[in-house]
Amino acid sequence: MSKQELLLLDCGVSPFCGRVRIALAEKGVEYESKEENVLGAKSELLLSSNPVYKKVPVLLHNGKPLCESSIIVQYIDDAWPSPPLLPTSPYERVQARFWGDFIEKKVFDGGSKIWKSKGEEIEVAKKEFIETLKQLEGTLGDKDFFGGENFGFVDILLIPLTTWFYAYEKFGDFKVEEECPKFSTWVKRCKQRENVVKALPEPEMVYEVVLMLRKMHGVE
Amino acid sequence: MAEVKLLGFWASPFSDRVIWALKLKGVNYEYVEEDPHNKTQLLLQHNPVHKKVPVLIHGGKSIPESSIILEYIEETWPQNPLLPQDAYQRAMARFWIKFGEEKMATICAVFRTAGVEQEKAIEEATKLLKIIEEQGLGDKMFFGGDGIGLVDIAFGWLAYLYEVVEKVSAVKVLDADTFPQLHAWIQNLKEVPVIKENLPDHQKLVGHLKRRREIHLALLNCHN
Repeated sequence: MSKQELLLLDCGVSPFCGRVRIALAEKGVEYESKEENVLGAKSELLLSSNPVYKKVPVLLHNGKPLCESSIIVQYIDDAWPSPPLLPTSPYERVQARFWGDFIEKKVFDGGSKIWKSKGEEIEVAKKEFIETLKQLEGTLGDKDFFGGENFGFVDILLIPLTTWFYAYEKFGDFKVEEECPKFSTWVKRCKQRENVVKALPEPEMVYEVVLMLRKMHGVE
Repeated sequence: MAEVKLLGFWASPFSDRVIWALKLKGVNYEYVEEDPHNKTQLLLQHNPVHKKVPVLIHGGKSIPESSIILEYIEETWPQNPLLPQDAYQRAMARFWIKFGEEKMATICAVFRTAGVEQEKAIEEATKLLKIIEEQGLGDKMFFGGDGIGLVDIAFGWLAYLYEVVEKVSAVKVLDADTFPQLHAWIQNLKEVPVIKENLPDHQKLVGHLKRRREIHLALLNCHN
């Protein structure tokens, strides 16, 4: 398949784009990438490809746009079945979708509350966030990855979000490693994978972006 | 054939969509009515994380969250497919199911508001319904094409619940002039036998939502 058939409207620090980059790398699929300036003016291509949300990531496959990162990852799994990212048994797929949905609802927004808050609210946001990570720790258990032995769908949805944790730690004055050691071990295990390391930004760079966002939101 | 049980609530659109999917697939199941204000041990045991209906229990295994249940039903009982075979069309179907879930609260905000706030809520609901009509449904008879699919099931609440929401909130948002395609879709959906025969009692729903709205308005007054 030639590179031109796949175009990713991308943004380096976006964990949602990170998910798509990792999924494509896991499948060994080549693609073109166009960096979008999400804090500035959005390109015509982005606006026309994702008129509903006007957000990255958008994956254009033979010109046809796909939006919403968790849906794009499922599409990538459908279109390139090997190696599978979702488990094969229907009930295990339920588990994967359930925790994927949980992650969507709780992690990024929960973390955002920490850097968007002031005063006592920060402590409340931090406690809720740690509780979320503990629930994820509970479902991970003693497994290497959320799906079991193999890196898969839930890991791909979650690992890019962890690049924003350094920023949450700075503003919330806590360390994920101390509060949720098993979770930290899982993060380190994922970061041993080349596809993950190549796809994700440095947490320090994300921290700089969060500082900018705080100014924009009037938190500073 | 392992036993199928559905924990549901008669007034919940999330329960209804699971019932429709099971019936469209011809799956026999036992229905257990749950009271959201008096949750049973069974519910808490089978959905410990969110503690909500619906929950599907199949061969003892618990499947919560209606959109996840719908995907499970589709994969476990492949007869009468409700999702497209084509990967891109399937992704589009998932997109609209997700959009509907995310925006449902905003579309129904007219129910929880009054006065100026309600006028804003009407505007927001209108914008979202326009997106659903123009970009989701388009010129198709159903979201699924010629026949109904999971997206129609997921949006089904617009066909019967929303008119009750409008009635008790004394507003009209989804009118035939502004939304001709959605209006046609509603009429077509209501004629599908499984849907027609499995709608909650209209009057009972009006009474139930009237009481819920009174509570919302009382809460609004408390905060003023």
